[in-house]
Amino acid sequence: MSNLAIHAIYDDEEPLMASAAQLRTMGVKVKDVFSPFPIHGIDGVIGVPRTRIAICAFIYGITGLCLATWMMWYMMIHDWPTDIGGKPSFAYYMNVPAFIPISFESTVLCAAHGMAITYYLRCWLVPGAKAKNPDSRTTDDKFLMIVETNEDNSKSIEAALKSGGAIEISYK
Amino acid sequence: MQHDSEIREPLILGKKSYHQITEDIVRPIEGKATKHWYMLLTAAVICFLWGIGCLCYTIGTGIGVWGSNNGVDWAWDITNFVWWIGIGHAGTLISAVLLLFRQKWRMAINRSAEAMTIFAVCCAAIFVMLHTGRPWLDYWLFPLPNQFGSLWVNFNSPLLWDVFAVSTYFSVSLVFWYTGLVPDFAMIRDRAVKPFSKKMYGLLSMGWGGSARHWSRFEEVSLVLAGLSTPLVFSVHSIVSMDFATSVVPGWHTTIFPPYFVSGAVFSGFAMVLTLLLIVRKIYRLENYITIKHIEYMNIVIIVTGSIVGVAYLTELFISWYSGVEYEQYAFINRATGPYWWAYACMMTCNVISPQLFWFKKLRTNLMFTFVMSIIVNIGMWFERFVIIVPTLCRTFVPSTWNMYHPTFVDIGIFTGTIGMFFTFFLLFTRYFPVIAQSELKTIVKATGQEFKEKAAAAHH
Repeated sequence: MSNLAIHAIYDDEEPLMASAAQLRTMGVKVKDVFSPFPIHGIDGVIGVPRTRIAICAFIYGITGLCLATWMMWYMMIHDWPTDIGGKPSFAYYMNVPAFIPISFESTVLCAAHGMAITYYLRCWLVPGAKAKNPDSRTTDDKFLMIVETNEDNSKSIEAALKSGGAIEISYK
Repeated sequence: MQHDSEIREPLILGKKSYHQITEDIVRPIEGKATKHWYMLLTAAVICFLWGIGCLCYTIGTGIGVWGSNNGVDWAWDITNFVWWIGIGHAGTLISAVLLLFRQKWRMAINRSAEAMTIFAVCCAAIFVMLHTGRPWLDYWLFPLPNQFGSLWVNFNSPLLWDVFAVSTYFSVSLVFWYTGLVPDFAMIRDRAVKPFSKKMYGLLSMGWGGSARHWSRFEEVSLVLAGLSTPLVFSVHSIVSMDFATSVVPGWHTTIFPPYFVSGAVFSGFAMVLTLLLIVRKIYRLENYITIKHIEYMNIVIIVTGSIVGVAYLTELFISWYSGVEYEQYAFINRATGPYWWAYACMMTCNVISPQLFWFKKLRTNLMFTFVMSIIVNIGMWFERFVIIVPTLCRTFVPSTWNMYHPTFVDIGIFTGTIGMFFTFFLLFTRYFPVIAQSELKTIVKATGQEFKEKAAAAHH
C-alpha cells in the first residue's frame, strides 16, 4: 500500500475552496495549495496555522529600539559627552527628546528588515532556489491542490475532486 | 471573495480573465520595445550622462563650481534634495497608507509609484552626498568615532536624524517593493521561453511557488511593512523639515514645517505619479487598468494636499505678522516682494491656485489637462523649496552678507542629470519589470472588474 500524491488543477478559486471543504468533511487532509494570488479563507479550510511573522517583527523592533537607545547613550552620554551649542550631555533623560527620531527610525529599520529576512528564509526564497510550484501554470491562472493519500482512498478522493470541479487530475 | 458596492465604478475595464491580466502585464516585457521607448530612453540617458559629467567636475574641482556662495550656502543642492525626497513620498503613501485603508484602486498604480519612490530617493541621495563638499568622506555621517579617534557623530542634530531617516526610508521601501515583485517575477519566469530570461527571472523570483502557506506569510509581511512604512513616511519628511525648523533662521524656525512639508511631499509625489502613469498607460496600452477613475482619485488627492499646502502658506504669513517679530515679518515680506518675488509668485500660482481647478469634474477627468497640471504642480513644488531656501539666505541678519544667488551650468547640469537618471531607471523598470502588481490585481477582478459588476447588476434587477 504505497503513498500517493494527487495533484488536482482547478481554473478558479471557488471550486477549489468547495473541494477542499468537502475533503475536510471526508477527513482527508490537503497537503498544499498553489495559486496565482492569495485565496482568502483557504488557510482555515486546509489547516494552515496563522503565521507568527508579525510577532517576530515586534521582537526585532524592540531590539532595534534597545540598540538605538544603547548606542546614543553610549556615544553621547557615556563615552564622550560634549557640550554642543550650550546643550551639555549630562544624562540620557535630559537629551532624550533629541534621541526620539533616531530611536524610531532604528525600530522601523530593524523590524522591517528583520521581518523581511525571516520571511525570505522561512519560505526559502533565496537567489538560485528552484521554483516551488509543481505546475508552471499556477502563477498564471490555474489553481493546484495536492492531496496525499494511499491507494485505498484514492478512488473516492478522485471522485470528490472531479465532482468539485477539478479540470485535471494526476498522480505523482 | 471581497465585495465591492455596485454603485462604485469598475476598476478594471473590459472582459478580463486571470489569463488576460497576465497577458496584458507581460506584453511590454515579452514584446519588442517601441520606438517611443527608445526615443525617451536616449533623451534620458543623454541628460544622465551630462549630469555625470557635471558631477565629476564638481568632485574634481570642488563645490566652488556651484552658484552657492558665502551667504547663500544652501541653494540648488538642498532644493533638489527636498524636491526629490518629497516626490518619493507618494509611492509609499499609495502602497502603504492606501493598503491600510483597503483602497483597491491603489493596486493598478502601487508598483510604479514604489519604483518612483526608490529612484527619486536615489536622486535625492546624490545631492546630500555631494553637498557635504568632500563626498569621499561621507562615511563620517555614520556613527563612527570621528577620524576613528574619540569623537562621535552628534545625535542632537537634525542633519544626522536625516541620515538615519533617509537611509531607513530607502532600504525599507526597497524591501517592500521587492517583496511585492517576487510573485510577479515568478509569473514571468513560468512563461518565459528564452533560456536567458527564464534564468534571470528565475533568479529574481527566488523560487517563489505561491503555496498557501507562503501567501499567508506574504500577506502578513505586506501588512506589517505597510504599518511600519506609514509612520516612517511621515517621519522622513518631518525630519527633513526639521533641518530647517530647528535652526534660528527667520522664516525657517516654525513649528508648522513638519505637517506642511509632508503634505507638500504627497502633493508633488502624486503629481509625479500622474506624469509617469499617463505616459505608461499610453505607451503600454494599460487604459483598462489605469482608468479615468484612477486618474480622478489621484487628482482628488492633489486637491486635498494642495489645499493643505495653501493653508500652510497663509498660516505662515499670518503667524509671522502676529508674532510681532520684525525679522520674521521681514523674511516673509522679502520672499513675496524681494529680489526673488517671481519665484514666490510662481510657487503661489502653481501650488495654491492651479490645483483648485480640479474641483471641476470635467477638468479632473481630462487626461491632457491632468498631464499639464501634474507638471505645473511639480514646477510649483520645486519653487516652494527654492523660495524657502534661497530668498531666506540671501537676506539674513547681517546686511553685509546679503548676496544674490545665480545657478551655474554645473548646478543646472546635475539637476538635469538626476532627472535623466530618474527617467532612465523608470524606463528600464517599465521594460523589464511588471509595472502592475498583477497577483494583487487578480484578487479584485471579481469584485471590481467591469464584466463581473455588470453581471451582478443584471442579477439584481
